[in-house]
Amino acid sequence: MSSVWTKINHLDKRWIYLFVLLAVALPLILPINLPLSPSGPVMSFYKAIESIPKGSIVLISNDYDPGSKAELYPMTEAVLYHLFKRNCRVVMLSLFPAGPPMSERAVARVTEDLPNLQYGTDFVNLGYKDGREAVLVEMGRSIRSAFPKDYRGIPYDSIALLKEVENYSSFALVISISVGYPGTKEYVQYAQGRFNLKLLAGAAAVSVPEYSAYYNSGQLSGMLTGISGAAEYEELIGRRALAAKAIDAQAIGHMVIILLIVLGNVAWFVTKGKKNHE
Amino acid sequence: MSELIGLWIAALLTVFILSFLYKDNPFYKFAEHLFVGVAAGYVLALSWHNTIKPNLVEPLFYQGEWILIVPMAFGLLLFTRFIPKMSWLSRWSLAAIVGIYSGLAVVAIAEADFVTQIRATLIPIWDQTKWTQFSNQPSIVHFIHLFTNFITIFGLLTILFYFFFSVEHSGTWGLIAKIGTGLLMVGFGAGYGYTVMTRIALLIDRVVFLLGDVIGLL
Repeated sequence: MSSVWTKINHLDKRWIYLFVLLAVALPLILPINLPLSPSGPVMSFYKAIESIPKGSIVLISNDYDPGSKAELYPMTEAVLYHLFKRNCRVVMLSLFPAGPPMSERAVARVTEDLPNLQYGTDFVNLGYKDGREAVLVEMGRSIRSAFPKDYRGIPYDSIALLKEVENYSSFALVISISVGYPGTKEYVQYAQGRFNLKLLAGAAAVSVPEYSAYYNSGQLSGMLTGISGAAEYEELIGRRALAAKAIDAQAIGHMVIILLIVLGNVAWFVTKGKKNHE
Repeated sequence: MSELIGLWIAALLTVFILSFLYKDNPFYKFAEHLFVGVAAGYVLALSWHNTIKPNLVEPLFYQGEWILIVPMAFGLLLFTRFIPKMSWLSRWSLAAIVGIYSGLAVVAIAEADFVTQIRATLIPIWDQTKWTQFSNQPSIVHFIHLFTNFITIFGLLTILFYFFFSVEHSGTWGLIAKIGTGLLMVGFGAGYGYTVMTRIALLIDRVVFLLGDVIGLL
């Protein structure tokens, strides 16, 4: 029996990779459809969007790149869908160089479901701007100054929607979907308090410990975190999509990891006891 | 057709990168180096088209905003680091960058991460609204919520005490510091758990891409 524990204790890590891969792949092929119930921060996020007047202009800052697409892209798509369904107009930008294509892709996907939306009147992608905190502060004065042209190279003043946009005060909500620096933290530090923004956040799970403090203090009015947050939000808006598919895989993947941690610890204690006995 | 080629290039590169999990190999190295080169080129081109051209070149040379000569000059001075005899000039630009960002950061961080966070901990230990919520809808979640304010205040005080070194951490003080340490460990554990969640999500994305977009199995 102890030889089994010794084998587990010295298990080649490539077996672990294989187990985790199977744990993730199988639920995607054979979905379980685990039940979802929205948590407090997700509910607050949803209610914040539901509470703004129809036709409001909302800023979405997609501050992530394809490396974080798994958790954040489903949020972008779901939030855009929710806003458009409420007849809101959306201005998108990014503080990450590879962020603008994420915005383009999400809006292209959502406009397949809502085909009447027009670029320039219903939504705009301002693209990427370097400058990090300086851009956030400058947008409080003038968004035109920070983004003289949009992502497609169209001058700011030629875009109908942007004629109603001067600075942060033009937006009913600011939504920061981010993975790191610059992102939600910088929006809280440099823009939320200073310009009195109603700020919502979509964040990777790894950011939860840091951003929870901002949510508890009221600096964030709502928060979606990781695939679970995105899946709960998809459930709320009645559009189960990417995140809802992935949540089964994540749950089973976590169970396998927990099982491996327990097995590893038991194996370590058993073999350690044996060594002490010898 | 071009989309299909792009899809297969992406699939191959994904497999090349994942092959590192088995062991280091030339395919992984190729994909890694390709990524670094493409990323550098992409950021350079994007910075020119999205920042330098619309925010500096066009307003300065086509719209006559001559004041922009000042930031341009400061920007160019950074490149004097490549000329040893003139490299000291780059310190002017660096001084401006450090000064401006420090000025912005001091106020912003003091307000967002210090004052507001302290204010958020000035809460009643017993929250009557949570009790009403629990009375109306008894559940485990609402029961736990009864103690969140107490845990927040208790955790804050014990953890702060752990970092207070003017009193020897022995006896009662030692116990308080140990509780603070324990709560810190819980925090680190939660942080690590969330990190695992994010890593699993990355794997899910690649599996969805390979099984769904490439093979069409999902």
